[in-house]
Amino acid sequence: MKVVIMGCGRVGAELATQLDHQGHQVTVIDINPEAFRRLPMDFKGRKVVGNGVDQDVLRRVGVGEAQAFVAVTQGDNRNIMAAQMAKFIFGVPKALCRIYDPARQEIYRSLGLETVSPTRITVEMLLKALASEAEDKGGGGSCT
Amino acid sequence: MYVVVVGGGKVGYHLAKALLQDGHEVLIIERDRARCEHLEAELGDIVLRGDGSEVVTMEKAGFNRADMVVAVTGDDEDNLVICQVAKAHFRVPRTVALVNDPKNAEIFHRLGIDHTVNATDAILAQIEQELPVHALIHLLSMRGGGLEMVEVRIPPQAAVVGRKLREVLLPQQSIVVLIIEEDGSPKAPDPDTVLRPGDKVMLVTRSENEEALREVFTRPPGYTSPYGPLTISR
Repeated sequence: MKVVIMGCGRVGAELATQLDHQGHQVTVIDINPEAFRRLPMDFKGRKVVGNGVDQDVLRRVGVGEAQAFVAVTQGDNRNIMAAQMAKFIFGVPKALCRIYDPARQEIYRSLGLETVSPTRITVEMLLKALASEAEDKGGGGSCT
Repeated sequence: MYVVVVGGGKVGYHLAKALLQDGHEVLIIERDRARCEHLEAELGDIVLRGDGSEVVTMEKAGFNRADMVVAVTGDDEDNLVICQVAKAHFRVPRTVALVNDPKNAEIFHRLGIDHTVNATDAILAQIEQELPVHALIHLLSMRGGGLEMVEVRIPPQAAVVGRKLREVLLPQQSIVVLIIEEDGSPKAPDPDTVLRPGDKVMLVTRSENEEALREVFTRPPGYTSPYGPLTISR
């Protein structure tokens, strides 16, 4: 499958690496060329320097032919705008975006965007861990 | 009217000032502390410091009772999200977004923003107005249907000068909505209105008819056009 990933931070680079190893056709976009150092030497995908909320950049990387688009830059709003452009303007079947702010995540999920909120997920995991800790009556410190 | 302006830069500042002068209730949301202090010193206690795209800030600002939200930050992605959240979550009746990259205007419309303001296009229109060669000026793009509002100034030597509006053959789906005479007075057009040099003719038309329209109103007499005859023969 053709995948375009916007943002080559820790998450973007790791996702790109794994998809590349699985044999997918990966394009990574980042505004900062330095960010590509996070990719391994044997990365076979395409690296494009550019702003992912610029429709010319999205067109140039051929986002219209991609089966999936993932927006994982540090900016919630940038991710939201890029994912909407991919989905509603370029017709990418699967457009995912990371939104740190749980409130905005909820709103955009209700507007039909596929979203992931690391904040919410992390909090849920921490709460679960704390609850199991309490069951252990403060002993052990086992974490899953 | 209660208007929330997000972004306290030059545009936000002057906009807020004008709205206050018109008697509206205004709140500016601005992220930068120093800028907030400056705005407060100039405009009074109408500034909220915070990230205007955070839902918590929007709640504090009273988005749910705002009649209009205007997003004029320097980042298009922020302006888009502010207006979308204002509309979808807070049911703000009208949203206006500043578009920094003119290419984004069309995208914003397709993503549900009521109105966009685009500095580059506004300046371009101004330049076009200054240049007599550009007889046709874009005034407004209407949502849906590819309709535009345009203005054509009739040059002194144009073949349509002295003709009645009913005699002028317009491209399909073009309607003259207003004529502004050379002295600046507006005139509601009717079929017997006679076109004069210097008249500004405002029309609603389809985007693809622009070139043909420009021809109709500006071409000199005796010129054969690829767009067909100028007038209906009397």
